Order: sequence, then structure tokens, then C-alpha cells
Amino acid sequence: MNASPERITGTPQHRPSRARTRVGPRALTGGRTLDVDSLIDDPHTGIIVCCGSGGVGKTTTSAALALRAAERGRKVVVLTIDPARRLAQSMGIEVLDNTPRPVSGVSPRSGRGGSLDAMMLDMKRTFDEVVESQATPEKARQILQNPFYIALSSSFAGTQEYMAMEKLGQIHADAQRSGAYDLIVVDTPPSRSALDFLDAPERLSSFLDGRFIKLLLTPAKGPARLMTAGFSMVTNALTRILGAQVLRDMQTFVAAFDTLFGGFRQRAQKTFELLQADGTAFLVVAAPEPDAMREAAYFVERLSEDDMPLAGLVVNRASPVPQGEVSAEEAMAAVARLRKNDPDSLTAGLLRLHADRVRMVEREARLRSRFEAAHPEVPTAVVPALAGDVHDLAGLRQIGALLAGERPT
Amino acid sequence: MPSRDFPRVRLHVVTGKGGTGKSTVAAALALGLASEGSNVLLCEVEGRQGIARMFDVEPLPYDERRIATGLPGPEGERGGVVHALHIDPESALMEYLAMYYKLGRAGKALDRFGVFEFATTIAPGVRDVLLTGKVYEATKRNSRHKGAITYDAVVLDAPPTGRIAQFLGVNNELAGLARMGPIKSQADSVTKLFQSASTAVHLVTVLEEMPVQETADGIAQLREHDLPVGGVVVNQVRPRDLDDDDLSAVRAGQVTKRKVAADLSRAGLTGSGEMVLGLLAEARDHAERRALEDTQRALVEKLEVPTYELPLLVSGIDLGALYELAGLLRDQGLA
Repeated sequence: MNASPERITGTPQHRPSRARTRVGPRALTGGRTLDVDSLIDDPHTGIIVCCGSGGVGKTTTSAALALRAAERGRKVVVLTIDPARRLAQSMGIEVLDNTPRPVSGVSPRSGRGGSLDAMMLDMKRTFDEVVESQATPEKARQILQNPFYIALSSSFAGTQEYMAMEKLGQIHADAQRSGAYDLIVVDTPPSRSALDFLDAPERLSSFLDGRFIKLLLTPAKGPARLMTAGFSMVTNALTRILGAQVLRDMQTFVAAFDTLFGGFRQRAQKTFELLQADGTAFLVVAAPEPDAMREAAYFVERLSEDDMPLAGLVVNRASPVPQGEVSAEEAMAAVARLRKNDPDSLTAGLLRLHADRVRMVEREARLRSRFEAAHPEVPTAVVPALAGDVHDLAGLRQIGALLAGERPT
Repeated sequence: MPSRDFPRVRLHVVTGKGGTGKSTVAAALALGLASEGSNVLLCEVEGRQGIARMFDVEPLPYDERRIATGLPGPEGERGGVVHALHIDPESALMEYLAMYYKLGRAGKALDRFGVFEFATTIAPGVRDVLLTGKVYEATKRNSRHKGAITYDAVVLDAPPTGRIAQFLGVNNELAGLARMGPIKSQADSVTKLFQSASTAVHLVTVLEEMPVQETADGIAQLREHDLPVGGVVVNQVRPRDLDDDDLSAVRAGQVTKRKVAADLSRAGLTGSGEMVLGLLAEARDHAERRALEDTQRALVEKLEVPTYELPLLVSGIDLGALYELAGLLRDQGLA
């Protein structure tokens, strides 16, 4: 595994010259190639965030990157959200205890001294821990038992996003203090939209500063005369719609939580700034499907809008490029000729497979070139699909190598 | 014509892991269910405007729009009508409040205080309640509702498998929060519909390890919440260009270069040796994937729910492809 950065940028895996370059993944993305090894080797890279729509292989990409970085000498922790069971088992993180655990079986190249820890996010527990660390024991107990809090911390659609950011902030602060890690790789939750994840801190802040919170706080806090006509109208309407008891639970929760809000907002803001900082790199992960590529384009737009440092695009599960120069049409014509004599011709079956594969590769190439036309500045890494599933370190290592542009020879 | 395998079902909920093609399957199912004289509503709730893209129409508003004619019958009978509805929580909330509460000025005040924003973005579970509430309303509608279209079937392109039980059952959670009052009774009736024999939750998967595992977990979860499990739609199945004998020959390395090269030249492809090697490499790769598919298919069969298979369409999904898939779902009895 010779993988110095120069090799990777310098000579991208040349296919045999007879192969059609127009279907080769690298040749096709005439655009810039994402140099994964330089990214993970750069000591300034402190955080890598993998984002993208659901089902594109974000978790696998995060884990593979983390493992590769560790074996190349970084002290890495990977924060995953919802890994497949067998992958979690192979990394030793199937127990949800919200603490990074060392992954065994990592073999850093001699003299490089890298390490890999992994953890799986438990959003409710993270939320509880924040409450416990910020409030007095008595108040914490009060909050943790509030029905509104219980619903909020375990089911609210955005909680996972907030908590992923919260945990990232915590791990980063700890790492700065202890020096335990010099690279944090974060897998983001499969959000319904990119907004959920990037907007988490902003939305939290605007909510906490909003009039609604003041409204909920008023009866608990001050004398009733402070209530304006608008306030009482809203309170009455809410009582009608929600029922008095829900409103009361909410008020109790907000009142108990009030003192923690400042801390929350500050941390959310800090994490947001951390994401914008130089040491952070965002990788947008996609699969060569129209929806996933569209979502990827959207992520790219959003990241640049928010001044988030985008390192590149990873296109997972690309169909492997077929060898030989026979086009889909030629292959299908040959199929017809062969089947005339022998309806069960095995070679005809092989040619059909070939035709399908050529068509897939061409379709995926079109998708990528469309993306590239719109975002020529985004460096891209294309990871060919493996025939089997990835569920152990060997599989992750293989993905890591493919990410870095190594091709089996 | 109702679904052959699920004749009593009026609400078909389609879920699946991300990337398995659940929206495609939901759209195909709607086309397949819309046979002569019947009306089908296809709903989406994730704000992605996937229906508009699939059917190549303008982005959908919060309004039921006619988007396609259903799949023609076996004798060429004209299909029914598919309507589509894009449900967003804000509009659903407004409609809900207008329907049940005369808020007047108080409504404006609620908006001004950020209550609507709170309800649709931050408040736990409210978003899901609003979305499912609208689906409930469309499904339960009948001829007594003047001027409204009534549907023989409603197909819901639902959130992914990992969130589906929560999405459909979240009403229970909110109902738990509200121990009495208007929200509780509304939530209870929605839950009653979802748990009734009028509903079926279908799960879309592909024959790979993670999605199949997630499907099994999803089914267990649905059952735990007394939500009726429908069928499993196995999507993107690889073409069977090689039969079992061919596959074992490929695996055993019995397919010789000479034989393939001879066939190629007979077919007029004066191929290079590289082409022959390429075809054999592709064949081995295919054989490996097919073996994996078979392993996963065996696991799907063990789930003991009706299964349906749809092929991988190499040229992608367009409107024509949706009708093709609808036909396959009807042939197999899901539609």
C-alpha cells in the first residue's frame, strides 16, 4: 500500500489505454479529484463531518476514513449515529454508553502510533447529561421527570441533530484538554433535509430568544399584570387547543429549563463556529442516483452559503467500469444473433450483463457530470461498489483504500 | 379495484430504508391501484417534492391535484385517476385550526408569538401528528363531505423504516403527554385507523444486508405497536440473464475463454482477448452478487409476510418505468 499524496494526485489509476476513457470514473470527472490521504494526513484537519441523504453509505464512509486516518498515524475518534449492527459489533460499539471506546484490530503502520476510538450517539443520554452537568441536582431531577422534557428528548425530530452537535462540541473540548484525539470524524444523522442539521444551533437560538418562550415563562415568573392583551389571547387559545394540562407541563419545563438556556445557546453557537473553522472539513456523501445527487448538490449549496469548509464529494457505490470496448448496442445485437442459434447461450447472457453494466455506468457518469458542471470547484472521489457488504475492519480498510484512489491491480 | 392481496385496505403506507426506492414503489402502487373508475390519492410528507419530479409536473401545493391516469386494465380498460397531495405541517396546522377552532384574531396572535413555528418545527411529535392527521382526514372522507374528492385508496409515501413506527405511533406519545382534551381524542382516532384492518404498512427493501436487517427490525417494531404489516417489496432485483446452471458454471470456473471467444466471433464481435476476460470478470462479479441476493432473499422469506419483487431498471425511473412497475405489482397481487 504505497499511498503517498503525490502518487494519488499524480497518477490516477490508469486503465488500460484501450478502454474507453469516457466511461472511466476518474477520466469522466474531468474535474478535480478529492485527495483523501492529504486531507486525513494534514495535521490541521481536526474535524471531518460526513453529510448526505439517507442510505448513501455515510456511516461506512465515516468509519473507513477514521480507520484509514488512524492507521496512517492520527489519533482518531469516530462519532457514529446508527451503524449497521455487524459493523458496530466489529468496532466494539454495539453497547450504547455514549463514551468513545477503543477499536481493537487497528494496525497503524510502524512508527506512526495512530489509534482509533469509536462511539455511537445516544441522543437521550446526551441530552440528560447536558441537563445534569448544567443544573443543580434537584433541578435536574425536576427537568428529567417532566413529561414534556421526556417527549422532547426522545422523540423530537431535530433532537438527534442538536445532540450530535453537542457531543461533537464536548469531544472536541475534551480532546483539546487531554490531547487524546487529534482528529474527530462525525457521521451526521440521516436528516429529512440538510437544514435540520445545519440549522440546529440557529433554530435553537431563535427559539430560545423568541416571544413564545417569554410567553411560557411569564405566568411562572412575573405578576399577571405584565401580561398584555396579546399574551392572554394566546394563552387562552393554547389552552383551548392543547388543554390546560399540556400547557402547564410546558410551562413547568420552560421555567425549570430557563437557567440552562443561556448555556445551551452559547454551546450551540460555539459548535457552529467550530464547524466553520479552518480545521474542519465537510465531505458530502452521495450515491450515483438522481435523488442522492440532487441532495448532494443541495448540501454543497448550503455549506457554501453558511461558509462551511467543504472538502469534497464522495460518490459511493459506483457501478464498476466494464472492460473492453463493446458498447451496449453492439452487445445487444450480438445477443440477438447468438440467441437465434442457441436460445440458452451463456455467452448471450454474459453480453446482456455487459450491456446493462455499460448503461448503468453511462447513466451514473451523466449524473456526475451534471453535478460537476454545476459545481466544478468540488473535488470528487468515486468509490466503486463492492460485490459484498462491509461489516468488518478488513472491509473498511478496503473502502478506505478505494476512497484514497487506490485501485486493485 | 382494491388490492388483490389486501382487499380491505384503504390506506397503504409505504416505507423503506433510504435509497431503496420507496417513493418509486409508492407511486407505482398508486398507479396500479387506480383501475377503472377508482380514485387513488398519493401523499408525500417529507417536503421533497418527489412526486412532482417523478410525474414530471410543477411542484405540488397543499391541494389535491390530478396527476395521472391509472394503469389500464388487462383488457385495455381505461385506468382510474391518481391524485397527489404534498402535505406540509404548516398548511396542515392552519387547515386543522380552521376546521376545529374559530380562532379569529387569536390565530394571528399565535403566529406572531411564534407558536406556529414552534409547533411545526420544535414541539415534540406535533409535526408528525399534523402530517398523519391530514392523511387520516383524506382516508376517512366519505360522500357526506360535500365538494371533497373521496378516494378508494390512499397511498402514503412515508418516512423511512427507522422512523416509521414512531411516525405512525407518535400519536400515542403525544396522547400520553396530553392525558385529556381535544388533542388526545384526535390522536386516538388517528391511531385507531392506523391500527385497524383498513391500513397496511408495506416495507421496501433491496437484497442487501443492511436494508434487509432494517426491514426485519421494522416489522418487529410495527408489530410491537400493533400496526398492521402489509407486504415486503423487494426492489432493484438484478436481471436474471444467467440461470442457475450458468451461475454454477461461472462459479466453478468452467466457462472457458475459448468458448466465449468462439461465441463472440460467431456473433460478429471480433473481440479482443481483453473483452473475453472482461466478460468473465463481470460474470464472476455478478455470480457473487446473485449469491448474496439469494442469501438475503432467504432471510426475507423467513419474515413470513407476502413478498413482491421489482427489477432493477438500468435506464432509470421515468413515467413509463412507473407504469411498468405498476403492472408488475398488479400481476403479483399487491395492487
